[in-house]
Amino acid sequence: MSTQVQYSGGFGNAPIDAAHAFRAAMTVMAKPGQIRTLRGARPPEPLSVAAGTLLLTLCDPDTGVYLAGRANNAEVQRWLSFHTGAPFVTAEQADFAVGAWDDLMPLGAYRIGTPEYPDRSATLIVECDVLHGNGAALRGPGIQDTSHLSLPDIAALQGNALLYPLGCDFFFTCGEQVAALPRSTQITAGT
Amino acid sequence: MNEYNFAYLDEQTKRMIRRAILKGLAIPGYQVPFASREMPMPYGWGTGGVQVSAATLTPDDTFKVIDQGADDTTNAVSIRKFFEKTAGVETTEETYRATVIQTRHRIPEAKLRDDQILVYQVPIPEPLRFLEPRETETRKMHSLEEYGLIHVKLYEDISQHGAIATSYAYPVKVSDRYVMDPSPIPKFDNPKLEMDAIQLFGAGREQRIYAVPPHTKVVSLDFEDYPFEASKANHACDLCGAEDSYLDEVIMDDAGNRMFVCSDTDYCRSRRAAGHVGRLAEENAA
Repeated sequence: MSTQVQYSGGFGNAPIDAAHAFRAAMTVMAKPGQIRTLRGARPPEPLSVAAGTLLLTLCDPDTGVYLAGRANNAEVQRWLSFHTGAPFVTAEQADFAVGAWDDLMPLGAYRIGTPEYPDRSATLIVECDVLHGNGAALRGPGIQDTSHLSLPDIAALQGNALLYPLGCDFFFTCGEQVAALPRSTQITAGT
Repeated sequence: MNEYNFAYLDEQTKRMIRRAILKGLAIPGYQVPFASREMPMPYGWGTGGVQVSAATLTPDDTFKVIDQGADDTTNAVSIRKFFEKTAGVETTEETYRATVIQTRHRIPEAKLRDDQILVYQVPIPEPLRFLEPRETETRKMHSLEEYGLIHVKLYEDISQHGAIATSYAYPVKVSDRYVMDPSPIPKFDNPKLEMDAIQLFGAGREQRIYAVPPHTKVVSLDFEDYPFEASKANHACDLCGAEDSYLDEVIMDDAGNRMFVCSDTDYCRSRRAAGHVGRLAEENAA
């Protein structure tokens, strides 16, 4: 990778691009199962556009980022450092973690918050090969009756929901698409 | 272009607020601490709501501000102008046109849609604060789901007044877990807290953000033999004749004459535009 790439691929107009990106991120977090488009950043391989945009929107020197597996390469590190200044940390210390599901596991490594401060927990940005509305049934806050979403590992995510109000929160990214799964969502397999 | 960053706040502040909003949405009713900034308006004038709005707005939004239901009071006008100047967003007084609505102490009468966001200004976010002044203790009470004290408070209302006398900032339980202060909205508005829109709460001085996602179960605390009642003045609006809206009582003269008008000015205006007429509409037309 040329040094040129690490300086490019950021937001063209940071305040505006970040505002639009956050609105999409907030909407999917408030409405688990919904899929929105998220673009603005052009991150280096293997990060998706949606994952890169989320990182630029939410990360800065105050947030520790854990790059898991293939996502942890020199280009991604240089790009993220230049655009966000976020420190790279281990899974145990991470505010944000990004990577493929298998690379991110085990889920038990991440902070789930404390009983007094359940917000002090990690947010995982999970890169997915597919993202669609045919999958596990979701119920809970933000969902009228039921919604559906393709999930990488239903059993592990059900375990996370059992920790409520503690637990991790998830964004699922695929290309320019993003969906979210907060800890408050109840998950049942099948339809 | 103007000399401000989009929506006044710097980007790092907005990121911090945005992270708090996301955690708030993931844990409905839980108060997320955030590093509230000084804003160019005094505490108590909606600095929390303004910061949440600033972090939420995009240039495509249409912004509405209400203060006790009214679009034309000082607080509402100044915040609306603030975002016209710093974010360049379109503003409106019509509820159905707005995509982001910042509110002080009311929920609009019109049913909100799922593409709208309601931002509340909150003075005291902690529903247990007047019962237990120590933050360390109220944190522990929330973590243990120990809400006996607030039921005692409601019980004392009944023993003293014969009914639950709490009429605003009426405590609710969100998604069967956290007891939450819905900000000082009248309890008439409590049933509307289960809505299609995203609800965000910002307390600037107290440095807390919390949220209620759409379609979240919100239950007003009560007792089996003293069920929750969404009360309002037993009148119709004297301007538009609405019997289903929350009313303000206005003293008319020294003789004790009074009138009741919709607190939601946009609701009242649109009803009058549609031809509805209240008891005193004629003489006030001038």
